[in-house]
Amino acid sequence: MAAGVAAWLPFARAAAIGWMPVANLPMPVAPAEKNKRQDELIILNVSGRRFQTWRNTLDRYPDTLLGSSEKEFFYNEETKEYFFDRDPDVFRSVLNFYRTGKLHYPRYECISSYDEELAFFGIVPEIIGDCCYEEYKDRKRENAERLMDDQEDNKDAKLPNMTFRETMWRAFENPHTSTMALVFYYVTGFFIAVSVITNVVETVPCGSAPNQKEVPCGERYTVAFFCMDTACVMIFTVEYLMRLFAAPSRYRFMRSVMSIIDVVAILPYYIGLVMTDNEDVSGAFVTLRVFRVFRIFKFSRHSQGLRILGYTLKSCASELGFLLFSLTMAIIIFATVMFYAEKGSSSSKFTSIPASFWYTIVTMTTLGYGDMVPKTIAGKIFGSICSLSGVLVIALPVPVIVSNFSRIYHQNQRADKRRAQKVQKARLARIRISKTGSSNAFLHSKRNGLFNEALELTGSTEDEKRLSKSTSLLESQHHHLLHCLEKTTNHEFVDEQYYQQSYLEGGLQNYPSRSPSLSSQDGVTGTCCTRRTKKHHTPLPNASAPAHMQPLTHTHTHPQGLQELSTIHIQPLSTSRSSLNMRVDEPAPLNCQSSQITTAIISIPTPPVTTPEGDAHLPAGPAHQNVVKVSAL
Amino acid sequence: MLSMNLEGLEMIAVLVVVVLFVKVLEQFGLLESGYDDSVEDELELSAVRHRPEGLEQLEAQTRFSRKELQILYRGFKNECPSGVVNEDTFKDIYAQFFPQGDASTYAHFLFNAFDTDHNGSVSFEDFVMGLSILLRGTVQEKLNWAFNLYDINKDGYITKEEMLDIMKAIYDMMGKCTYPVLKEETPRQHVEVFFQKMDKNKDGVVTIDEFIDCCQNDENIMRSMHLFENVL
Repeated sequence: MAAGVAAWLPFARAAAIGWMPVANLPMPVAPAEKNKRQDELIILNVSGRRFQTWRNTLDRYPDTLLGSSEKEFFYNEETKEYFFDRDPDVFRSVLNFYRTGKLHYPRYECISSYDEELAFFGIVPEIIGDCCYEEYKDRKRENAERLMDDQEDNKDAKLPNMTFRETMWRAFENPHTSTMALVFYYVTGFFIAVSVITNVVETVPCGSAPNQKEVPCGERYTVAFFCMDTACVMIFTVEYLMRLFAAPSRYRFMRSVMSIIDVVAILPYYIGLVMTDNEDVSGAFVTLRVFRVFRIFKFSRHSQGLRILGYTLKSCASELGFLLFSLTMAIIIFATVMFYAEKGSSSSKFTSIPASFWYTIVTMTTLGYGDMVPKTIAGKIFGSICSLSGVLVIALPVPVIVSNFSRIYHQNQRADKRRAQKVQKARLARIRISKTGSSNAFLHSKRNGLFNEALELTGSTEDEKRLSKSTSLLESQHHHLLHCLEKTTNHEFVDEQYYQQSYLEGGLQNYPSRSPSLSSQDGVTGTCCTRRTKKHHTPLPNASAPAHMQPLTHTHTHPQGLQELSTIHIQPLSTSRSSLNMRVDEPAPLNCQSSQITTAIISIPTPPVTTPEGDAHLPAGPAHQNVVKVSAL
Repeated sequence: MLSMNLEGLEMIAVLVVVVLFVKVLEQFGLLESGYDDSVEDELELSAVRHRPEGLEQLEAQTRFSRKELQILYRGFKNECPSGVVNEDTFKDIYAQFFPQGDASTYAHFLFNAFDTDHNGSVSFEDFVMGLSILLRGTVQEKLNWAFNLYDINKDGYITKEEMLDIMKAIYDMMGKCTYPVLKEETPRQHVEVFFQKMDKNKDGVVTIDEFIDCCQNDENIMRSMHLFENVL
């Protein structure tokens, strides 16, 4: 519950008087405020700087250091103040959290020192307010990556007992680990360069014989070039096969981008070997040779910068997409306008709208080849508007791309495409958790609270001490409020799971038999939840006998649930209680005749069987039952 | 045909240029477009601050001690720095206490009950007056307050429709996950029970006297009226 809202709890409780005349059942007793202190100022001395606040302010968050009794360890008797030997600057944020309910992260603070202070004072960083949460998470991630980078540098020490395959893979991925790897790295790099240069030089016209026209070198020295090509392809093939062999997950390796580039680079050669004789497909074969240029992409294994460029383009996909889209829109608009504007003039080059596309693109990118120019006045006006708007449209997304590149380059981090989605998901999860947290707290404390009362009765003090969870006064008051609402409406809060089950069962149970019994209990007087009264209650109606067949058998005890007396059902899955052994699997006889304590709590997956039994067993020996029976004496 | 084409397009071109010119002027603020004023007006209204009456006056008017008033005001001012609560804030605050259900309808009725002068906001005085009745008032006053809450149109009678609205609002606060499952007619049945109990002369409405009479004869209700006396 938020801190500020705690101040309104008295109001909400007072307003509950509005339910009283409507309720048909008696209300639970309010939690006693043991040792109610007057509000007083306490002094917190943090490394010499004194902070003062009300005691109530600190009590708002009882699970932190300052809100719990843990701060008594730091109490200084002589000066009557609490002394903490910590950083006073960070303490400001911590104390503000108590005051306002929001935790802020100061930007100038180092992230790890801030984390340490939060850990010391027992505050979970997840509750940082939305205003500072992004910044906090960014800094934290940066820090973590920096630590990870440092670790990775130390990780290159060779682990003993690596298989040959693993050694090879490590050699491929990190060339500087061994000399062999380095040699391999440089050799492949050299051959990539050779292959690319060969492809380029192939097309240069070499010197020719005087009576023949210029021929490209490729046709003149066919054999030499073919040998060169073969050698390179041999090397690449061997390299690819070795990588394939060494890869820890072959399937994943084959799907990775680099391996696809490798395959595309060497495939044309093999296809060419197969298809040399057939004249018809030689045209297609020539096209295939274009793909040899992909060999240049193999350099990206050798260059970090190329990889970063690739990641940048991937991460800026949305901006690039926007750029493309807006350009296309503008091109179509202006091409149409120019076409119609130039339609009138004779000998115009703007023969159709697609033909005008060329003009528009050239103008918008401010190239201005001049092969197509408008001749009419309207065309010239629109042409100038076109070039002006082109500058704007292109200039807008470019800085985004540039800044992205520089960010990635400087931080040298991996592409984080789903970061935005994760933050959003984390935010929603936080909100959902805090909401269910408070309702779960109520349900949980209902179980615990009533269990405590049961134990109080039996007088087993050690158990009581062990199990009395210190719910703060605030929480117990809030729970009392919710309890009053339950009594007013004659319905109980349950958790989601139980509700789903009971909703399904709802069709199977005979409800009408139950609701009259509810209303007939209006006249039953007596305080509910009292820990000290006893009453006899009616034996369970036999109509509920079929109820125990189903897994959800809590239902049949409900009519008694709202009386004082029924059995306490405790979830077998809840926290360990050694004194009361409960076994989940055995269906236990449900004793409904002896006087017992109320109330029905929440989902019991095991069916209590409705065979009447003798008197209540004391909790000392319920080993064979999954239901706790405590006699109220 | 040629010249007509040309002239038409030239017109369009001129129009385009003029429009662009006007837009540029607007950007430079040389041409007023006239829809900036409303924003400033809104800012004026939201900056209203309310200062409550003096401590002595409130002490005299309510049954709280000085210290209690101080504590109350500090909490109030912390949540609402402007000194007044409007209905949306009120609903938000109240909803935090009932995470499983929807408390907005009931909060609306509560707001109307607290906002005694019906000006759309609850000031600290209204707040403290209401609390004084609820926590320190006589049983008569408390029952009066409850009647006022149920009587939505403040005409002195509680009709079945009003009671049904209130009942539905209360059941809404329970939310969906209840045991037993909430059914459509549960609030209506509850209203029937209520009217059976309260409406002595069976005329279909409950007056203030019937209400107070009946509540005073009901042990449960009497006991629960004293439930929250030690809240502050």
